[in-house]
Amino acid sequence: MPNRRFWMMWFGYLGAAGLWYASVKWLPIASFRRLPDPFTVITEWLSPNPKYGISIFTHPYYLHILHSTYRAIAAFLLATLLGVPLGICMGWSRHFHRYATSLLGLLRPVPPLAWVPLAILIFSGTESAVIFVTFLVAFFATTLNTVAGVTSIEPDYFRASACLGASRKDILFDVIIPGAMPNIFTGLQIAMGAAWFSLAAGEMIAAQYGLGFLIMESYNLIQFPTIVIAMATLGIVGFLSSALIRMLGNRLMRWREQSLGFAG
Amino acid sequence: MRMVSAATELASRASRSKEASAGGYLTIRNVGKTYDADGTCVEALKNCSIDVKAGAFVAIVGPSGCGKSTLLNMIAGFDTVSSGEIYMDGRLVAAPDLPPQPGPDRVVVFQNGALFPWKTVLENVSYGPVRQKVLTRKQAKKRAIDLLRQCGGLDAVAGSYPAQLSSGMQRRVEVVRALINEPKVLLLDEPFRAMDTVSKTTMHQHLLEMYRICRKTIVFITHDLEEAIYLADTVIVMTTRPGTIKHIISVTLQRPRLPKMLFSHDYLELKRQAAESVHAEARKAFDRGEREQA
Repeated sequence: MPNRRFWMMWFGYLGAAGLWYASVKWLPIASFRRLPDPFTVITEWLSPNPKYGISIFTHPYYLHILHSTYRAIAAFLLATLLGVPLGICMGWSRHFHRYATSLLGLLRPVPPLAWVPLAILIFSGTESAVIFVTFLVAFFATTLNTVAGVTSIEPDYFRASACLGASRKDILFDVIIPGAMPNIFTGLQIAMGAAWFSLAAGEMIAAQYGLGFLIMESYNLIQFPTIVIAMATLGIVGFLSSALIRMLGNRLMRWREQSLGFAG
Repeated sequence: MRMVSAATELASRASRSKEASAGGYLTIRNVGKTYDADGTCVEALKNCSIDVKAGAFVAIVGPSGCGKSTLLNMIAGFDTVSSGEIYMDGRLVAAPDLPPQPGPDRVVVFQNGALFPWKTVLENVSYGPVRQKVLTRKQAKKRAIDLLRQCGGLDAVAGSYPAQLSSGMQRRVEVVRALINEPKVLLLDEPFRAMDTVSKTTMHQHLLEMYRICRKTIVFITHDLEEAIYLADTVIVMTTRPGTIKHIISVTLQRPRLPKMLFSHDYLELKRQAAESVHAEARKAFDRGEREQA
């Protein structure tokens, strides 16, 4: 039996669609008239014979999704593999922290898209360049959240483990990693979101496939409903990937889930 | 007070193997601590000497900020001493030129609780012996279950995570986590501070029961004089900063301690004697706090 929340969710969707429809059809602004209304988009999206070649029944649609997903996952995994250990090292060793923070502080504000030309030069190809740009934002989010996770661990846990006879290595595995885990997963979720964000932008500039490319391509070919289809697909895929990470986090941190359940 | 000479230190070193299980006397000799934050020297502790006999229950009382937690951190090996020495069973564990060395012979139960939230009660309790490699994981778990059962049926919550327990239960588990290591001394840093009066009274009975079972040396830090007298054999009153030892009171109440003793003539008389000096120090600390605020 669908509950209240379920209906409210649909009410939200329908309200947004209604607003969209109204602004396209009824607003007296000429430029808005060019936009596709929700019905056109849905019909196109679900059509076996789409007018502009992209719908859930066409092969290229999935090819675009596959390309984007592959890039996002590759960038995300790379960011996790490098960012989490780096963050833990930075949180663990004060010296390391000093070396790394100033560099990160300087590099982080550079917008990811500003890296695209350099990345293309470095990797001599657009594919790795797009992945690199995507990786960069995910990497910063992962690293900085991991550092915050390690530094926010209650000092008494370190003292307690030292008291109980733990070695430095034991402390790494028994205190630092599990203690930073909640923040690491927050970081990973942010990283996943940021990855999709810069991936779409990167694909618009330098790619042959992918949802970002599809958006730009459809714009150039005046296939406006397809733009919206690609945008909505990005939203869905991004949401699913974040949900997946959240589920994995809850799984790995049963102690936390249980304590939250107990408190509530 | 007893002086520990080099001779006794040597003697105890020779008989270490015999004493290892039975030991637990703690000697604090002229210990001082100076913090040098941003160039201004703050003397937190000055010339403290305390002798704690093996198996004794000592409470250290003083107003907030008198350096009693500093003293405990130095005994535990979390912090260096600026002057003086600390011996555990005649073995030097803290001196100005010695790096701090915490270890399972001096286990701390923390003010805000420090059970690992990501480990179950059983994993927390068996942690020490496994990490020190004195027991295998299986043996340690068995021993942990036994000890939890002895300490008021805590084995019932062995599979729970700390956050699922009440704070009183968490504190009892933390004491068991300390006891399983057979420490020479148990250091309790205001463990019941954040508790309401009723839970506190219950915790006192639990702690006294655990003390009766294990007979470890206990150093108990608190700012609550009544709690100190009720639990301990010796109450040490500290002065406010720089922390020095003002008063040593022998508590003559017999064991087992029972809640009704809180109304006995002897208890009230001890409390009357101690209250004056404690309150004088609290007053001083309070006045200074006011001045620093102004």
